[in-house]
Amino acid sequence: MYTLQGVTKQYTRGKSTVHALAGVDLTIEDGGRLVIQGPTGGGKSTLLQMLGGLDRPTAGSVELDGVDLAKLSEAKLTKVRAENIGFVFQSFNLIPTLTAQENVETALVPLGVKTSERRRRAAEALDSVGLGERLAHLPSEMSGGQQQRVAIARALVKQPKVLLADEPTGNLDESMRDEIMEVLETLWKEHGLTFIMVTHDSAIARRAPRLATIRKGKVTITENAAA
Amino acid sequence: MFFTYLRRELRRRRKAALVVASGLALGIALVIIVSSVSSGMSKAQDKVLESLYGLGTDMTVTKAAAAPGSGTGRPRFEFDAKDGDDDATQSTDRVMVQGFQSLAATTVDQVGKQTGVADAVGGLSLTVMKVDGQFKRGEFKQDESATTGGGGRGGPGGGGSTQPQGEVQGGGASFDVNSYTVYGTDVTKQDLGPLTSSKITTGRTFKTTETNAKVAVVDAAYAKEKELSTGKTVTIHGTKFSIVGVSTAESGDAAANLYIPLQQAQTLADSKDKVTTVYVKAADSQQIDSVKATIQKNITGTTVTTSADLADTVSGSLSTASDLASSVGKWLSIAVLIAAFLVAGLLTSSAVSRRVREFGTLKALGWKSGRVTRQVIGEALVNGLMGGVLGIAVGLAGAYAVTAVSPTLTAQLGSTGGGAGRGGGMGGPGRQTASKALDIALTAPVSLSVILMAVGLAVAGGLIAGAFGGWRASRLRPADALRRVE
Repeated sequence: MYTLQGVTKQYTRGKSTVHALAGVDLTIEDGGRLVIQGPTGGGKSTLLQMLGGLDRPTAGSVELDGVDLAKLSEAKLTKVRAENIGFVFQSFNLIPTLTAQENVETALVPLGVKTSERRRRAAEALDSVGLGERLAHLPSEMSGGQQQRVAIARALVKQPKVLLADEPTGNLDESMRDEIMEVLETLWKEHGLTFIMVTHDSAIARRAPRLATIRKGKVTITENAAA
Repeated sequence: MFFTYLRRELRRRRKAALVVASGLALGIALVIIVSSVSSGMSKAQDKVLESLYGLGTDMTVTKAAAAPGSGTGRPRFEFDAKDGDDDATQSTDRVMVQGFQSLAATTVDQVGKQTGVADAVGGLSLTVMKVDGQFKRGEFKQDESATTGGGGRGGPGGGGSTQPQGEVQGGGASFDVNSYTVYGTDVTKQDLGPLTSSKITTGRTFKTTETNAKVAVVDAAYAKEKELSTGKTVTIHGTKFSIVGVSTAESGDAAANLYIPLQQAQTLADSKDKVTTVYVKAADSQQIDSVKATIQKNITGTTVTTSADLADTVSGSLSTASDLASSVGKWLSIAVLIAAFLVAGLLTSSAVSRRVREFGTLKALGWKSGRVTRQVIGEALVNGLMGGVLGIAVGLAGAYAVTAVSPTLTAQLGSTGGGAGRGGGMGGPGRQTASKALDIALTAPVSLSVILMAVGLAVAGGLIAGAFGGWRASRLRPADALRRVE
């Protein structure tokens, strides 16, 4: 479970100070699904970075299962990311020189999983996103939708508690968008993950059971019972 | 995963890897070529010095140069200008001690007893100058017209009108001057001295019992010129010597034209118990300078010349090339190497900058900074090693090419200011061989140590490049990397 209290994040840009987050209080239950929406520069990605332990707040606490990520050492924070958090990025962020299977394996490397076990689990994960036949393909040999599936397999292969997705459909056309959303929703349901996604897409936002709208660093929560 | 990732990266980014490797290869190849040429130069110099000294000689002891101008020892050639039509060939020769300076033979024992001296042997270098030819007296011819004219040209006492007037006509001389060198060698100790730099190609060398025998070894070049060979005799200053062997200098010119036993040489030059040079072998080749100091301190009136001193007097294209190799070549290869290291470092660093998102993603996935840094250093190290292999190949090819072409270098010995002027800077035969030129073929031998150094440089280059890139990678924050995605 995530508990955010009074999270602020300030950046200094030249002489001015940017308040990316201005006292965010937020609770996300285990297995919950939250969509974060808002205008560009409103602080969506900053909030996602706080949740993913990629950055630290200027003030406030970001607790994951009672552990304040803001106070962890770099090594411990790295360990939390390796074990508990899966990321899916807008630009897929696959390693261009590695095959689909090897890309998925990179998520298991910091966990010290043996090579053979790593290969088996990576193949399974790719199979679960419908890419069982594409293990040896390089990212450049795959479509955008397929690359994003590889990225999803990479995020889920370590069986994390949390899946963070930063505009996962942002670089895809409409048909691919629906395909990827279907994959993500299915996996969320199957794995019982906490699924947090940043999106610009209003259609996706409308389908979310819980929507966090962030403007000028402030978060407003909207519950959608119909979703 | 480390090796899979490494292999894939190097294969995919072949071009970038090749650029980094080529830069390092250039530097390493240059170092190999310069080092091998340099060692070839020093080999060539050693050969030059050996041709003067002989093998195994660490230094020579000669008499300190005396003030010039006394002229006491200089030879005089006297010919009679005989009367009448006698124009028979006259011949005379003079045996001179080279440099006109000699040491007492006891100096050899004295030197031999000094601390750090393993062996000392004396030798007497002589120059024989033979002058032969004809001398014709001029004839006085009276100028008949001048008897009435008074005053006159020529003739002593031109003012006297009773004196016959006229001039000396005809007459003159035609002389052939022939000079050759003779070296009196201590036949009991033949492992030191100038003869060691020559190989006996026909016949034999001296027997140790031939301390005062009338036998000679003749240098091959001189033998050819004078049509001498074993079994024949050669006459030096009226004494006949049987030729027992022909020697060929292994490099450059021979130290002397003829070699005879020391005692014979002393007799010829009327220099009983005298030597011109003491050849010294030091017990420890690292202690040459201290042995030199000891000899100079304990035996006054001598000049000690080490091979290092002698090397300083080598000039000509060998010396110029040697200077080039040691100064310009050395600095050039250091500069190219530093530049190659920097370029490799900057290219690696910039490659990391282009892969910010990639490394940021790995960090977001939970890769520790150290693991990412190791990956970058690993890639740079392999690039460095590839550069090393390429550099060694190019360097070996370059060194091989130099050896194959074998450019000829000329070594001018002792012409840099004159032997005597340098306080007897040239030892032994070197004194009289001032300004002699030797042609030496340059080789570029590549030693194992040079190859090992090249491998070391390749690793160092890789590590330096890796340090640049690794430092850059370690400073990346996962959030900074992902921010670029937006």
